[in-house]
Amino acid sequence: MNIIVCIKQVLDAKDVHLDPVTNNLVREGVPSIMNPYDQYAVEEAVRLKELLGGEVTVLSMGPPQAEEVLRQAISCGADHAVLVSDRAFAGADTWATSYTLAKAVQVIGAFDLILCGKQAIDGDTAQVGPSLALRLGVPYVTCVQKVRQATDSGLILERMMDDGYDVLAVDYPALLTVVKDINKPRVPSLKGKMRAKKIEIRKLTAADIGADPVCIGLPGSPTQVEKVFSPPVRSQRTVFAGSLDEQIDQLVDSLKSYL
Amino acid sequence: MDYFLSEEQKMIVETARQITNEYIIPHRAALDEQDKFPRTILNAMAQADLFGIPVPEEFGGFGGGCLDIVLALEQLGRGCIGVGTAFAASSLGIYPILQAGSQEMRERYLPDAAAGKKFAAFGLTEANAGSDASGIQTTAVLDGDEWVVNGTKQWITNGGEAQIYTIVAMTDRSKGPRGASMLVVEEGDPGFSCGPKEKKMGIRASSTTELIFKDCRIPNDRLIGRKGTGFITIMKTLDSSRPGIAALGLGLAQAALDEAACYAKQRVQFGKPIFAFQAVQHMLADMAIQLEAARALVYGAARHIDAHPQNMSKVSSMCKVFATDMAMKVATDAVQVMGGYGYMREYPVEKMMRDAKILQIYEGTNQIQRNVVGQELNKEYARVSVNG
Repeated sequence: MNIIVCIKQVLDAKDVHLDPVTNNLVREGVPSIMNPYDQYAVEEAVRLKELLGGEVTVLSMGPPQAEEVLRQAISCGADHAVLVSDRAFAGADTWATSYTLAKAVQVIGAFDLILCGKQAIDGDTAQVGPSLALRLGVPYVTCVQKVRQATDSGLILERMMDDGYDVLAVDYPALLTVVKDINKPRVPSLKGKMRAKKIEIRKLTAADIGADPVCIGLPGSPTQVEKVFSPPVRSQRTVFAGSLDEQIDQLVDSLKSYL
Repeated sequence: MDYFLSEEQKMIVETARQITNEYIIPHRAALDEQDKFPRTILNAMAQADLFGIPVPEEFGGFGGGCLDIVLALEQLGRGCIGVGTAFAASSLGIYPILQAGSQEMRERYLPDAAAGKKFAAFGLTEANAGSDASGIQTTAVLDGDEWVVNGTKQWITNGGEAQIYTIVAMTDRSKGPRGASMLVVEEGDPGFSCGPKEKKMGIRASSTTELIFKDCRIPNDRLIGRKGTGFITIMKTLDSSRPGIAALGLGLAQAALDEAACYAKQRVQFGKPIFAFQAVQHMLADMAIQLEAARALVYGAARHIDAHPQNMSKVSSMCKVFATDMAMKVATDAVQVMGGYGYMREYPVEKMMRDAKILQIYEGTNQIQRNVVGQELNKEYARVSVNG
């Protein structure tokens, strides 16, 4: 069972804020973390490996410092780590990113399963996973909330829906994106941390994966960011004051006005 | 204060801290309320390799020393010393095997203990043998190829939850202390059972029971070390483990100080936070001073033990006394700073104060520790004159 997990380094959402003048993300002094959904993907991959045998390779596209999240994944039980990093990848949207990841997966070699987090908490698109599956020509299931059964021949999964869940069977090779209900990620073990410190991370450039320069980075991205801004506050807010009883009376009066 | 920990030691702290924050703190009140053994938490600790810290690498452990285990226990103690005690008692239970067991015995028990697949317990105390270990009445008699064990151990931590029990029994009563031996008893051995869980003031997440031996038959090869070396093994075991109890005290005191200081910042009386009043501020300052002094002593003692394992009794006892007396005082003062709120079960310092008391009692009362220090001083000053 060869499993590849795609992970992304993102800014810690707890500390993210926009520069009020430029409307850009303030990155200085904000710690980076592994995209939270990806942590569940790593955990699920390690559990499947423990159940069925095989190896887990974590893959990330990003700047050199994205090595940190790859090492974190190693400490949580992944076996190998690959970083696809090149200045030429800068400015990639989901289209260019999935192209780049697909090329990298082909260099890594045969796989049975690819796991991704449902989405990254920075872009929130949830497009890279499905897009990667389409480029590789494998079936995909998004928003997996539970692996009901895992055997050497395939998986039975629960896919989270707005009003319940679907039960799906999928053969290998396949790609899944997972939601946080799927597991509780383990605390990195001491031995895992020791390994993570020493492990050599395989680094691939645009040339190493044979990427077509017009398909990567800004040139390969149909999405261009025109402007980032905080939407104006539309709803009217009313703050009730006084004792709790007075506040409740005011709230009831206010609600009545909508009747 | 910076204690210049190694990379590996920082990893231990980080791992134990994460376990404490994610698994212990959210559940400690319920475990206490329900007298519930923290099985899930211990499994998470096993997964994170914490049980492997004191076990040599050749048996699948981390090969850590006294300071390594101290750092882990300090973090766990910050969450709940009941959980910390369950963990520490398992280490205590394997120490005799680590220190005096044959290679074969070590290979048999240590890998499972390091992986946290099996928990251990240490059985010394009896109804008439606590501080005075020479009063042990449990016996082990060789009958053919088997030891036949009879007697009852009392207040044994992890009783009923452990799979490996290292116990002390008299194998030759006529020789007094030299007639004591240590043996391994396993869960399920014929004639061995555990009593009901004791109802305790604190550390209620940990299980405390009697161990009852009625013609309990175990194979000959369960003897730890040579016959008659039981007391030496016990003394070495307790000397090695006491800094761990001191570390639980450090963690508990840190947690109590954190609670009290945060409360004092928020609680407003007479128009300002009570932190601003000197009476309160001096209490908090004294708590912090005592805690840091204890931490320096415990870490120093642990480093000394790692460097000089042959000469550890005095420093081991010193750090146990100082850090656990400190923990009791800091927990009591934390309740005082928080006033009526501190006394309520909604706030964690009430449990900390109940829990702290056991630290001054178990693994050798603080009075016995002072005896040890006093006796060592007596020996030292027999050789040293005032003029050096």
